[in-house]
Amino acid sequence: MRALRFGIPLAVFVLLVFFLGRGLWRDPREIPSVLVDKPVPAFTLPVLGSPDKKFSPADYRGKVWLLNVWGSWCISCQVEHPTLLALAKSNVVPIVGFDWKDKPDAAIKWLAQQGGDPYVFSVTDLDGRVAIDYGVYGAPETFLIDKEGMIRYKHIGPLDDKAVAEKLLPWIRKLNP
Amino acid sequence: MIPELGQLALVLALVAALVLGVMPLVGAYRNDAALMRQAGPAAMAQFLLIAFAFGCLVASFVANDFSVVNVATNSNSKLPVQYRVAASWGSHEGSILLWTLVMAVWTVAVALKSRHLPRVLAARVLGVMGLVNVGLLLFVLFTSNPFVRLLPGAPEGRDLNPLLQDPGMVFHPPILYVGYVGFSVAFAFALAALMGGRLDAAWARWSRPWTTAAWCFLTCGIALGSFWAYYELGWGGWWFWDPVENASFMPWLTGTALIHSLAVTEKRGTFKSWTVLLAIMTFSLSLLGTFLVRSGVITSVHAFATDPARGVFILIFLALVIGISLTIFAARAPRVGLGASFSLVSRESMLLGNNILLVVAMAAVLLGTLYPLVLDVLDAGKISVGPPYFDAVFYPLLAPALFLMGVAPLARWQQAPIPELAQRLKWAFAIALIGSIVTPLVLGDWSLLKVSGFLFAFWIVAASATAIVMRLKAAPQRTLWAKLGSNSASYYGMHVAHIGIAAFVFGVTMVKSYDVEKDVRVGIGDSVVAGAYKFDFKSVGDVRGPNYSGMSGRFEVTRDGKPVAQMQPEKRFYSTTKQTMTEAAIDHGLSRDLYVSLGNEIDSKTWEVRVQVKPFINWIWIGCLIMALGGVFAIADRRYHLRRKTAAATAHAPGAATAT
Amino acid sequence: MIALARRAGKLALLLAMILCTPLLPGGSALAQTGTYNPETPADPATEARLKALSLELRCLVCQNQTIADSNADLAVDLRRIVRSQILEGKSDREIKEYLVARYGDFVLYKPPVQGNTTLLWFGPFALLLGGAGVWWLLSRKRSLAHAEAALSPDDEQKAKSLLDKD
Repeated sequence: MRALRFGIPLAVFVLLVFFLGRGLWRDPREIPSVLVDKPVPAFTLPVLGSPDKKFSPADYRGKVWLLNVWGSWCISCQVEHPTLLALAKSNVVPIVGFDWKDKPDAAIKWLAQQGGDPYVFSVTDLDGRVAIDYGVYGAPETFLIDKEGMIRYKHIGPLDDKAVAEKLLPWIRKLNP
Repeated sequence: MIPELGQLALVLALVAALVLGVMPLVGAYRNDAALMRQAGPAAMAQFLLIAFAFGCLVASFVANDFSVVNVATNSNSKLPVQYRVAASWGSHEGSILLWTLVMAVWTVAVALKSRHLPRVLAARVLGVMGLVNVGLLLFVLFTSNPFVRLLPGAPEGRDLNPLLQDPGMVFHPPILYVGYVGFSVAFAFALAALMGGRLDAAWARWSRPWTTAAWCFLTCGIALGSFWAYYELGWGGWWFWDPVENASFMPWLTGTALIHSLAVTEKRGTFKSWTVLLAIMTFSLSLLGTFLVRSGVITSVHAFATDPARGVFILIFLALVIGISLTIFAARAPRVGLGASFSLVSRESMLLGNNILLVVAMAAVLLGTLYPLVLDVLDAGKISVGPPYFDAVFYPLLAPALFLMGVAPLARWQQAPIPELAQRLKWAFAIALIGSIVTPLVLGDWSLLKVSGFLFAFWIVAASATAIVMRLKAAPQRTLWAKLGSNSASYYGMHVAHIGIAAFVFGVTMVKSYDVEKDVRVGIGDSVVAGAYKFDFKSVGDVRGPNYSGMSGRFEVTRDGKPVAQMQPEKRFYSTTKQTMTEAAIDHGLSRDLYVSLGNEIDSKTWEVRVQVKPFINWIWIGCLIMALGGVFAIADRRYHLRRKTAAATAHAPGAATAT
Repeated sequence: MIALARRAGKLALLLAMILCTPLLPGGSALAQTGTYNPETPADPATEARLKALSLELRCLVCQNQTIADSNADLAVDLRRIVRSQILEGKSDREIKEYLVARYGDFVLYKPPVQGNTTLLWFGPFALLLGGAGVWWLLSRKRSLAHAEAALSPDDEQKAKSLLDKD
């Protein structure tokens, strides 16, 4: 019995190694959204390029759609842009852009430079207030919203073809039978 | 050619490490003197080969050999030569090579100093160190080879980040590593003792100076890191409970416990298995720190780029080294005897209490550091554990240890009657209590937290002074000088280190309680008042450095109308790396630092400015240096440098200098 | 020593900056969105509350800084929101709940005491209690041994007389 005591450090260490080993395959920088399976936060924001027009998520009730956070200052957004263009071309899902903390002029210019506008339209969140309601902490981020206006999936970081094929499309098919 | 030679040297070093790791251990097992004799030469060969490899890396950097990936990514032909040297350990690969070099240096030092050790013990110690370095060298060669060629070679290097082009790069990493790696000696001694089943006072005596030396380096390394964070990073913060800071702090905590435990084992022959466990734990935590930094399992400001292959390798290495040693511990420790008995109130029981508190404190830091990871792995949520948690948990754990620090040096071994202790310490306690109540009153702001902080600082100083005075009074010598000489260097070392802690606690209490911070917008010509100081914002001008441009503000600081300092905080923009840096201006002083940093420009005449007055903040780092100085005293103790005799002669010698 | 360490500080800063990748806005202060509009400080009482609160809130983009210590864009936005909520008369608790509803517990540097943090909060004190227990057991065991080992003069007398009888 007394001898067992001396095994305690070893036991603690084995447990530690287990967690460290599992932890190796996790990304500590990825923060899952608390908003998944919650109703999409309401907002009314002007549309990029035609500020008189406004958009609210309620307008898209009954549709499955994507909300993609971007900005002309965001370098990773350039990386994901071709993927978004391809996705838009396939007409699977409407993509609404969320131009975050950007100057509208710069944003329009940037879209032209990137070889096309994948968005049905983009809304502009000049002061970043609405983005906080969405728990946005970096661009790009992409939200998938279902017909009832619930957020069903959130992708953090640039979308690539693999993420679209393996994550987004299955979800969309499920929501859009 | 040079990189290939370096590569070759590393492979040969691996062979030498294998020889060192296998032959002496087999020799010790078979009691074969010829095999054991290989330890010394193998250690020397390993050291020379790694030093040569390291020299090759440095030479590649100095010679701007951009056909080496490591050089091409971390250096540039325009880089001044001293930074090219420092750049050789600026990258992951180089810093791991530095680890193995430091390990080889400690090994060869032990080999040279081990002539008076029993041959079997020395063989085992060196063998264990060799085996550890086998793992490190494999890690370098297979996942982090600094000599990998770039084909075709780059015409020019990508440059060391301008921010790393700095003399600090030359000193900080090596000092910290020498501390981390130095605990491998205590670790090797502990394992050697377990293997031999001979855990006696002599063993503790031999490993003590090594442990203390490593502890001194680690203390300095951590203090340097903290000072550096204060200066650059945190707008005046000095400790952030960042996972990597924690990774260096945990071995410090157990290392501190180990120093004390070794003292008890040496003097009294008790705590033997506990001391061994602490030695294993301390080095294990050093390795764990490396894993945390290199593997990317935890986000930290310091983390190197994530590479799962490296993470897996270090984890396997970690599991083998620590797992095997803890298994040996579990198998052998039950056979270790208990040693001398002691009473419930005695120096032994107090030191045991101190040890337990330090280990619990370490466990709390470990828990806080790894908890987010554990929750994530269990899919139980994603949380953050930060400074407010550690502050709330850590201080209550350490408070009793600070109290014991005053009592234990005055307590007798074996049995220390409480009335006698109280009698001895009543004045110290009274002085500390009055001082701690009066100080905040004088400074004009009273709270329990402040009182307790000052109480511990004054208590430690007063109790140490009492202990020394009583010691001197009791000494039979006539003159003060002779009386002073009657105590060992390590006795004074202990008190110096404790007073270092007191200075540290004093500094922390002062800064936490009385720092003044003003975040304001200031126009040129306006002024900010912070505490007793008035900061006049005189002007803003352009500055231009070799690789940056920026703005520099000029502040004139006065106190009661008298000029105190001219301060020029800067905001720099590094064009190559597109980074903005806030270069704070600090006016250092023993009783306060003035700290000015520029925030954003509001318009051409108005800036956001943070002005801080930080009372006694330098005492935090001075305190750490005093602690390390105490360690130096302890190492300098003559007893460790005399020809080592067999254990029994001195183990129970009453009245031997008592350094705890 | 001081000058040296001062320079060493830049390493840490650099590493912090490397982590604030361009993926995240405002990682490096100048290369950010370009719509920086400075914060407008409120009254000292509000600012003091803001400061205290922001020391407990994590700047999500910097990963290991509080929003008090960061000048990243998001940190500035969050400070602004916290400030306006203070001015609206919300309690600290309500403000934290507001942020947690958007960013999750991750935003709190002082995790709330709840199911999944029980061990975190009580673990150290449980360890302390356990440590005290270990201390007591070990010290007691040894002190009993001590008492046995050290015979009092009285006992010695008795022992001697017993021996003498034989």
